[in-house]
Amino acid sequence: MTDTKTNPQGAIAAFMTRSFDGAKIEPDQDIFEAGYGNSMFAMQLVAFVESHFGLDIEAEDLEIDNFRSINRVAALVARKQAMAAA
Amino acid sequence: MTVQTTPDHTRWDSLAQEVIAPLAAQIDQDARVPQQVIMALRQAGAFASGFPGGPATDQAEALSASLDHGQMHQALGAASASVQGVLNVHHMGGSALAKWSSKAQRSQWMPRVLSGEICCAIAMTEPEVGSDISAVQTQARPVSGGYELTGQKAWITCGDFADLFVLIAKTEAGPTAFLLPKQTKGLRIAPIEGLLGCRGYMMANLHLEAAYLPEDHLLGRPGFGASHVAVTGLEAGRLNLAWGCVGLADAACTLALRRAKTRQQFGKPIGDFQLVQQMLARMATDIHAARLMCQSAATARALRQMDAAKQATMAKYFASQMVGRVTRDAQQIFGAEGIGPNTPMALFHRDSRIMEVIEGTTQVLESMIARLSLSEVHLS
Ligand SMILES: Cc1cc2nc3c(=O)[nH]c(=O)nc-3n(C[C@H](O)[C@H](O)[C@H](O)COP(=O)(O)OP(=O)(O)OC[C@H]3O[C@@H](n4cnc5c(N)ncnc54)[C@H](O)[C@@H]3O)c2cc1C
Repeated sequence: MTDTKTNPQGAIAAFMTRSFDGAKIEPDQDIFEAGYGNSMFAMQLVAFVESHFGLDIEAEDLEIDNFRSINRVAALVARKQAMAAA
Repeated sequence: MTVQTTPDHTRWDSLAQEVIAPLAAQIDQDARVPQQVIMALRQAGAFASGFPGGPATDQAEALSASLDHGQMHQALGAASASVQGVLNVHHMGGSALAKWSSKAQRSQWMPRVLSGEICCAIAMTEPEVGSDISAVQTQARPVSGGYELTGQKAWITCGDFADLFVLIAKTEAGPTAFLLPKQTKGLRIAPIEGLLGCRGYMMANLHLEAAYLPEDHLLGRPGFGASHVAVTGLEAGRLNLAWGCVGLADAACTLALRRAKTRQQFGKPIGDFQLVQQMLARMATDIHAARLMCQSAATARALRQMDAAKQATMAKYFASQMVGRVTRDAQQIFGAEGIGPNTPMALFHRDSRIMEVIEGTTQVLESMIARLSLSEVHLS
């Protein structure tokens, strides 16, 4: 998990690429608009963020905008890490 | 893989065998879990089992708690599949609540959920909506200060017993989870009788006629009810049920082994016949495999590994079919004694038939496991 702090975007991109059969996802690409997310992916993304970054996704984080793109997920992670450190 | 079990997990076996197993036939007959069993479970801390510890919980503690929780469901499954089901839906509803509640909701509900003063259940299924829970039709209409719910939920375990339902209804944003207390005005509970097995599930249909819930009974956020809240409950339930199946199968197998040693035909114990031995070998191996899958999935869950949900799904998929094979073979070894009225074998067999339908049917789980496995292989 060496990239957890230095390159969260990279880790999230790699997870999404793995989940979407090798598709290359742009950092700001809307994955839902592009039709990538399926019913199982939603909780897999939560499980990934929680297990990879050691965070808890909570009710207040449940905004579709938080999960729309690599950069949005990275921003959520950064916010949660900052809150945890505070 | 080294699997550690907590030193005192045998307390669940004692409780299950001493207090619950002697009442299994009565629970089936009355289609109700008696209050003395609920009290004993409360006293033993069973209603708090499997819930996340505080933020300080370290990995070793989490692993030990997760395996202990599995041992509990295994012990309950061996004593009474109905009682296992009550604790299962409590943990399903309670896990969804614990995970997706606000701080205020957590402090309002969780202490009583953990003590067992409040028994939880989960209401997703409807007359026209089974495997595809994202298609729920029960409507939640925003009204001043909250929501008004109208519709019907079907086949709800503990529908006629639970105090608090995590219920999925449709809003404009999509499927949405709500906390529905039993006393809610506009909720009518219609018990279901005559189930094939697991009769002590205390099943009911729930009828909602303009049932008002204040805003603070919304769980999670609108639109996340099926994909996140219900799935959290289902993931917990699949592993609980897999453990329960291992316990049930083990109980049936133990009786069959005793019978194979004691029943004499053609001048020797039937366990000496190779064709009976074949059944015994299949049963023992099947149970062992399912138990290892449960232990592995419980470990993955405790350590928050990425494949925890897939492992729980595979454990439930395997164990729910395994228990069908084992109870059928065990019943066969008992001959007429396994078919007769009020025999443990007949109850094991009827109870085991439920397991491939709930928490995702075998076919739905097959599709999930296949899709997850396919997504792990990339051609480029
Ligand atoms: C004892 C018992 C307890 C229950 N407890 C609860 C509870 O507490 N809460 C709750 O909400 N619900 C509960 N249920 C309902 C249960 O969750 C549903 O029965 C289950 O989800 C299946 O739905 P269904 O019965 O409508 O079958 P359907 O979804 O109509 O399925 C019928 C058949 O079609 C197959 N099928 C459906 N979709 C697919 C697919 N995509 N691919 C392949 N095959 C498919 C199924 O495998 C099955 O064989 C309970 C049911 C029982 C029997």
